[in-house]
Amino acid sequence: MAAKASRAAFGEALIELGARDERIVTLDADLAKSTMTTGFAKKFPSRAFDVGIAESGMIGLAAGLALTGHVPFACSFACFLVGRFETIRVSVAYSDAPVKLVGTHVGVAIGEDGYTQMGLEDIACLRSLPNIPIVQPADEIETKQAVAYAVEHAGPIYLRLTRQNLEPVHEAGYRFRFGRADVLRPGNDVSILTTGGPVWNTLEAAGRLAAEGVHAEVINVATIKPLDDEAILRSAGRTGHVVTVEDHSIHGGLGSAVAELLGEVMPTPLKRIGVTTFGESGDAKGLYARHGLDPDGIAATVHKFLAR
Amino acid sequence: MANPDVTKLESIAREGRVQIIRMLTHAGSGHPGGSLSVIDILTTLYFNRMRYDPARPRWEDRDRFVLSKGHCVPAQYYCMAKAGYFPMDRLITLRKLGSPLQGHPDRVMLPGIEAATGSLGQGLSVAAGMALGLKLSDKAGRVYCVVGDGESQEGQIWETLMSAPKLGAPDHHLDNLCVILDYNGIQLDGFVKKILDLEPVTDKLKSFGWPVLEVTGHDIAQVDKALDQAEATKGAPTFIVAHTVKGKGVSFMENEPEWHGKAPKPEEAVRAIHEIAGDPLPAWAAPVVAELSALGKK
Repeated sequence: MAAKASRAAFGEALIELGARDERIVTLDADLAKSTMTTGFAKKFPSRAFDVGIAESGMIGLAAGLALTGHVPFACSFACFLVGRFETIRVSVAYSDAPVKLVGTHVGVAIGEDGYTQMGLEDIACLRSLPNIPIVQPADEIETKQAVAYAVEHAGPIYLRLTRQNLEPVHEAGYRFRFGRADVLRPGNDVSILTTGGPVWNTLEAAGRLAAEGVHAEVINVATIKPLDDEAILRSAGRTGHVVTVEDHSIHGGLGSAVAELLGEVMPTPLKRIGVTTFGESGDAKGLYARHGLDPDGIAATVHKFLAR
Repeated sequence: MANPDVTKLESIAREGRVQIIRMLTHAGSGHPGGSLSVIDILTTLYFNRMRYDPARPRWEDRDRFVLSKGHCVPAQYYCMAKAGYFPMDRLITLRKLGSPLQGHPDRVMLPGIEAATGSLGQGLSVAAGMALGLKLSDKAGRVYCVVGDGESQEGQIWETLMSAPKLGAPDHHLDNLCVILDYNGIQLDGFVKKILDLEPVTDKLKSFGWPVLEVTGHDIAQVDKALDQAEATKGAPTFIVAHTVKGKGVSFMENEPEWHGKAPKPEEAVRAIHEIAGDPLPAWAAPVVAELSALGKK
């Protein structure tokens, strides 16, 4: 399978699911070409709504559609979507309206557009709402199954998708299971929990670490909320060292969720790799290197962490 | 509806005003001004307009009501109790620990509430989404949404005012949506005109593509007639500008910004109820006065 952006896989999945399920509708705020719902809109024009650059209104409309039995996917860049947090908080979460929130263009990996378009705080915001699960798939096959799951999920849910292509990290027979993390590479020296954009780089880093005698277990945490406590504790208990890798602020993201779990249940040394500053313009590779999210950066941080 | 029994509706609204005062006095907090300005509109909707079944609050073919100005929910709680969603004696649990009668509407805790509101500006979008959803599903249900004038300063209101007249076109026009502005002229900090004027609101709405009707929001016959017209309007949602008086029915609350968000003390409540129900106090109001007088002596 070739590399594919999770937003592209999402767009393809929607067309397929939309043909089977008439309840599915899409809402966009003038970014349909970027969130990749245009294929769905072409096929089902009466079920696709571009409401203009009006994200709060879009989220409210989606809540109303959800409360009348439809399955609305409300899509925009993660920063613009979750930026309308107050509308998500009341009209979606508190009303328990089963809206499927889709935030694309996450992380510094969007590159040249710079900080204002980067979703870097969306996980932190949505984690604070009691009833919105957060799912961030790592490749095409996982994305398509996650989208199908979102349709069936009884309540609201958030899908976090990338602009950039993602190298496949799963076999063709992989089954996504909501709420379950999956071990991509077993190891006994350190547990590296990762999600979304940097998953491939984390595997690359683990390969380099292995060549240097450090055997890292790499776990893909597609469901960031609710966290797969059992899988994470099992791995951390065995390795005694945990590293998290994410293209999101280290405050409130996967790293924080893992810190909360370990801190309460099984205090374990932890190193969080992620974004600690505003983002900036640049090429995606260069930005990943700058934030320590490239294979070399991840490997170096793990070495330093283990040697401390 | 043809020939509404205005006298009967007015007496329901009068009892509503008394119950609003009662609820807020027990709660010790809340929003009397806007609840009193909107009660005649809600009475008309609940008792002469909307199709619903309190025994089946999620009945698919019901009409929907969204109180976008969620802080005035005491008026809606009264209508719901009167309609049979829950017993009347539950009204005084308003804002108390464990009560489904939350300070602002809670859809999950109280069946019959269609959307959580109270963070202003959101309910109109949700109502428009419901109207679209019903159209897409070929349901005949209508959606009624009451917005506040202060609330209409929110940007999200104008996002939906821009989109709703054309949303769903060409096959699913939202002519099943009726928005009513409770235009009482006062918000928390003072007079709407002085803080952020909406005028000329009717012209603005018309230029956005809304058919607009203007009524006196305390004239039940007028409100009902406008609702008839809204229902007869095809191809676009309707907007009713209802001119109201904040605190309507209680002389010392009328047009007084301080009564936007302050509960009456028991002795003030008793005075208010005497004004609303009239002297000598009718038999139905006497127990409420006795109850609140006792509350004052505690």
